[in-house]
Amino acid sequence: MSKLKGWKDVPRGGMIVKAGSAEDYETGSWRTFKPLYNEENCIQCLRCWIYCPDSAILIEDGKVVGMDLVHCKGCGICAHECPAKPVAITMERETEPAE
Amino acid sequence: MATKTKAKKKIKEVEGIRTALNGNDSVAEALRQIDPDVVAAYPITPQTELMHKFADFVSNGQVITKFVLVESEHSAMSCVIRASAAGCRCATATSANGLALMWEMVYIAASLRLPIVMAVVNRALSGPINIHCDHSDSMGARDSGWIQLFSENCQEAYDNTIQAVRIAENPNVLLPVMVTLDGFILSHTTEVLETLPDEAVKEFIGEYEPDYYLLNPDHPITVGPLDLPDYYFEHKRQQVEAMEAAPAVITEVAAQFEQLTGRHYEFIERYRMDDAKVAVVVLGSTAGTAKAVVDMLRDEGEPVGMIKMRMFRPFPVDEMVDALSGLDAVAVFDKSASFGAMGGPVYLEILAALRGKEIPMTSCIYGLGGRDMTPGLFRPVFEDLLAGNVEPRVRYVGVRE
Repeated sequence: MSKLKGWKDVPRGGMIVKAGSAEDYETGSWRTFKPLYNEENCIQCLRCWIYCPDSAILIEDGKVVGMDLVHCKGCGICAHECPAKPVAITMERETEPAE
Repeated sequence: MATKTKAKKKIKEVEGIRTALNGNDSVAEALRQIDPDVVAAYPITPQTELMHKFADFVSNGQVITKFVLVESEHSAMSCVIRASAAGCRCATATSANGLALMWEMVYIAASLRLPIVMAVVNRALSGPINIHCDHSDSMGARDSGWIQLFSENCQEAYDNTIQAVRIAENPNVLLPVMVTLDGFILSHTTEVLETLPDEAVKEFIGEYEPDYYLLNPDHPITVGPLDLPDYYFEHKRQQVEAMEAAPAVITEVAAQFEQLTGRHYEFIERYRMDDAKVAVVVLGSTAGTAKAVVDMLRDEGEPVGMIKMRMFRPFPVDEMVDALSGLDAVAVFDKSASFGAMGGPVYLEILAALRGKEIPMTSCIYGLGGRDMTPGLFRPVFEDLLAGNVEPRVRYVGVRE
């Protein structure tokens, strides 16, 4: 998590004064499962990119290159939708279950 | 509390216009001169005629105000919140259950730090349904984050409304302001008052120049986003700070208003308190009655006085403690009950303000649902105070046993 502001530094009334600030929020910290991308198995169908609710599939020159782990919430939709055989995205447990 | 400054000559910058208006028309007149950008309101007795009058001004073209007819008070407050966030100077008015209906939005207006001015024509909260004056409505909103100014008479209702705009819009404050006036007792009663010329009001309040507003394409903002447990507390602490900055601003605005009109305003008014041994604390129009009773008792040689609260939110701790120090007994009059609490709202706040200082005090709940508070009802309370009797802790003045 990025360093949190004190009450003197937060914008007045909770308003957001900077456009596009959602990008600064590390929703990736909410994850318990992490996507593992296997480039060899990927058929570049871009289905994962279409379905990802957080725009967390990284694309370069029209090809998938990886996942934005700063924002990925680990929902697993990409792994679920991947049609490749063998599958190109699997979900791995990132944190230990609580005792 | 238009007290005359006896010692020095009144320096009036502007010649006032002596007129006779009822409370609703007094506030409507102030609003006409303020000429807000947006007003959204819904009728409720006894506020209705206030907005009727203002609506006349709108349809006559006497104001530039966009008057939005909404389907409820909740919508009225929602509408002015959005207009204010968009960059408009806004106002509205309501009473009792109308205020209650906009309850969630009232909190939101304050937390979004919007300088909305609202006249609350005090009326009892239902049930049973009662359209007459008590303070349960505005007392019910005392935690909402609004600044609250109570008016004793039509002059004060007019003056407070004009000052409210400056107080609310001050960059150190940026909080909505509730100006109260007693339902029927003030709203529907014609009194003599002095209004200001239009130009004087216009100049006094100035232009509304918000730093952040929605209708600014050069600097887009989001108003009212989500907070999680990691930030809500900081935003509320910031809101507390704004309320703490308010007294200084209220004083400054009052000083400038005094230069303009010669009328002096403070957080509280001390009436014949200099050598008083006992006193009553009152809010609103009851202060008028209390002053008459104090005068009567003083003629009989009794050392009595009255403290009237003009500013209830923020609570003027220092002034109140100072005014009450050294008194033998005090009765705090509340025109509302707080069921399950150990006394009325004003009584409890004063008790907290005194914080351990031993001043015998009794809580007098009175006037609920417009039950008349007469000099005859004040007298026995003063007599008890003079006899040093503050029991029981809570008494209900004027109820039939």
